[in-house]
Amino acid sequence: MKNKMIDISRKTGLLALAAAAAIGLPLLATPAGAAGDAVKPIQLDWSFEGVFGVYDRDALRRGYKVYKEVCAVCHSAELVRFRNLMEPGGPEFTEGQVKALAADIVVVDGPDDRGEMFERPGEPKDRFPSPYPNDQAAAAAMGAAAPDLSVIAKARPDGVNYLYSLLVGYTDAPEGFELLPGLSYNTYFPGHVLAMPRPLSDGQVEYEDGTPNTVEQMAKDVTHFLMWTAEPKLEQRHRLGFQVMIYLVLLSGFLWFAMRKVWSDQH
Amino acid sequence: MAQTHAVEPTRRDFLYVATGSFAAVGAAFAVWPLIDQMNPDASVLALASIEVDISSIPEGQESTFKWRGKPVFIRHRTDAEIAAAEADDAAALPDPESDSARLRPGPSGELEKKWLVVIGVCTHLGCVPLSYRGEYDGYFCPCHGSVYDTSGRIRKGPAPTNLEVPPYEFVSDSRILIG
Amino acid sequence: MSHQSTYTPGNAFSRWMDERLPVMRLVNDSFVDYPVPKNLNYWWTFGAVLSFCLAVQIVTGIVLAMHYVPTTELAFASVEHIMRDVNYGWLIRYVHSNGASMFFIAVYIHMFRGLYYGSYKAPREVLWILGVLIYLLMMATAFFGYVLPWGQMSFWGATVITNLFGAIPLVGEALRTWLWGDFAVGDPTLNRFFSLHYLFPFLIAGVVVLHIWALHVTGQNNPAGIEVKDPKKDTVAFTPYATMKDAFGLAIFMILFSYFVFFNPNALGEPDNYIVADPLVTPAHIVPEWYLLPFYAILRAVPDKLGGVVLMFGAIAILFVLPWLDTSKVRSARFRPLFKQFFWIFVVACIGLGYCGGQSPDKILIAVGDGGFDVTDLSRILTIYYFAHFLILFPLLGLIEKPKPLPESIAASVLGSEPAKS
Repeated sequence: MKNKMIDISRKTGLLALAAAAAIGLPLLATPAGAAGDAVKPIQLDWSFEGVFGVYDRDALRRGYKVYKEVCAVCHSAELVRFRNLMEPGGPEFTEGQVKALAADIVVVDGPDDRGEMFERPGEPKDRFPSPYPNDQAAAAAMGAAAPDLSVIAKARPDGVNYLYSLLVGYTDAPEGFELLPGLSYNTYFPGHVLAMPRPLSDGQVEYEDGTPNTVEQMAKDVTHFLMWTAEPKLEQRHRLGFQVMIYLVLLSGFLWFAMRKVWSDQH
Repeated sequence: MAQTHAVEPTRRDFLYVATGSFAAVGAAFAVWPLIDQMNPDASVLALASIEVDISSIPEGQESTFKWRGKPVFIRHRTDAEIAAAEADDAAALPDPESDSARLRPGPSGELEKKWLVVIGVCTHLGCVPLSYRGEYDGYFCPCHGSVYDTSGRIRKGPAPTNLEVPPYEFVSDSRILIG
Repeated sequence: MSHQSTYTPGNAFSRWMDERLPVMRLVNDSFVDYPVPKNLNYWWTFGAVLSFCLAVQIVTGIVLAMHYVPTTELAFASVEHIMRDVNYGWLIRYVHSNGASMFFIAVYIHMFRGLYYGSYKAPREVLWILGVLIYLLMMATAFFGYVLPWGQMSFWGATVITNLFGAIPLVGEALRTWLWGDFAVGDPTLNRFFSLHYLFPFLIAGVVVLHIWALHVTGQNNPAGIEVKDPKKDTVAFTPYATMKDAFGLAIFMILFSYFVFFNPNALGEPDNYIVADPLVTPAHIVPEWYLLPFYAILRAVPDKLGGVVLMFGAIAILFVLPWLDTSKVRSARFRPLFKQFFWIFVVACIGLGYCGGQSPDKILIAVGDGGFDVTDLSRILTIYYFAHFLILFPLLGLIEKPKPLPESIAASVLGSEPAKS
């Protein structure tokens, strides 16, 4: 009996360790955060969070519209291709819709059989268009190159909440705060001063599904969309992960009983 | 230290067999992603198509274009070549197929007999055949001597089937879309 | 505990084979009939867990190398290509990146287990040294691997670590340039790191073979820390007893592994590594991966560049001589009351160093007036303790400590004569 107790306490020790690792390691791995006066982003509930998290298709489609009409004016998202828009686990546009969306852009292709570059309408295999041919051109036009948005939701601490907060966080600079011309003040940007002007205003993007197009709603939708561009396989990951977990728990159970049987002649 | 567990092939054995099988099934599933990753990926499957201007190919000549990593021969056939191909419809062909079945209609709906479009890969072991060579003035594969006629059909040599015709259509009189 | 082979070929083919290449005999004697102390607890399953981790990293790594492109232009994009387009690429890549962390979790538990139960002491010194060598190779491999995605942390991590070598007097500068193959971290650096990242796991596998060989010469240590007296009473056959226990331990470990891969795959990484490397901009807060943080803290604790580097490598080097620093004849901390307390203080110190390594050095922990006690101060205290633990306490404790009475035998300790609290 005493042995059993020891046995159990050791096991709980291991379990506690595993739990500590699951909770503690991410904390350890998270740096102190950008130095200075970073404000903790607004925390929202997102449908893609949690074990069963999935994307909200309507939010993704609205988010794409916001991305296309607002963000894409200055930002690229080079890793995303039009065909991704019809892949499972994304906005899931139909093939026809994607072909039409892609055909709206002009792609420089070539060289053709005469060695010349030529222009053609976009196809589903093409990347999202970049507003500038390269970073230097972007910097020359805007003062600084805007970051590529493909994986931006994973490239900032507390990514999605930060992006949302940034988009809704534009305010007037506090009394006495020297703001150079051309710069904006944002509550959530580390250091508060950034070159990106306030991108969203109420009613800016027409929503076809009748959702109120407030700044908050558009910020939420486009953030949802950018999470998808960063993690297009999230739904597959969650689904497979759940199956793997069930399997491993069952396997552990089997192994536990088999092991007890094996050891039963030793105690 | 050999421990032998004889006796009672009952609940104990069942538990071991069940555990072992369960683990084996899991391992088999885990192997699949490692195999599947070598299959063509999504960017490869987003099939590429090419549009080709054929107006610059004079009669009696041929141009080669790259499509999905392979050469595509587009031959502007002469009347003599067409006649030879059609005449051989009746010949003893290793892979019987009429010349007209290997052509596509133009924008008018009429069969474009002038234009032969084939994938330039020998059906034997994948070499690129030489054009206007061999007994039938079609194609001759330098690797193992397969001979094709002016319709791209196999006539002699080790290749088992005719040169493959890719999916294509005439967009206009002077342009075709392959893929 | 090296024992006579008990293998008897079962049929004509095995007999034929056994006379020519006795590989089945080797497997049988090493992993089937091999006697293990019957009192091993779950902390001893991490050897199997580590073998699993190495196998997973090698297999997924070979697969990733089929798709990865080691040029500064394409590295980041090719990793994203794996994540987006390659069939199950996201799974394989997340298994590999989280697998590195899992590998280190397991190796740290394995090492602390060795420290607690005195597994480094005679006659297992060579076994321990080979283990430290594996750990060193693991850190090198992990470092090379972290550079490959060519994110901001990859680039700046590579820059900072290679600059450490620049601190070496006289040859430092030349050595650093030689490592880079360029005047900064660039294409040649990335390409050679990729090559070495592919090579090192096989070196690890080689040393693992030696590690297991050495283990099988001396036999396992055990929680009681006493040698096997009567193999019949004190040991059980490796298969099925240890294999089943290892399998169960491994399954539990895989649950933790899967949690990270499927539900929190980026928790152990840095967001900055999803920004493509930019040689013109250093991220505001650069930190190494969590498993290197304690050494990073030691590095930063020293105000002198060369001194910091020496101390950081010294922190690892000291592990090689542990067997000769400990003066106690008793192995297991179960019977060493003082040693046991200091063991836990050491664990806390290491975690504390890990914490310090992740914070900015000037972060104030306890405010006093204008300044106060900051992260650098804490990491200095902990660094001093780290070295004092090995250089002062290890020799000293063995001399002043009065160990508890050891059990008669392993069999006796299993039957309950051991102290209840461990």
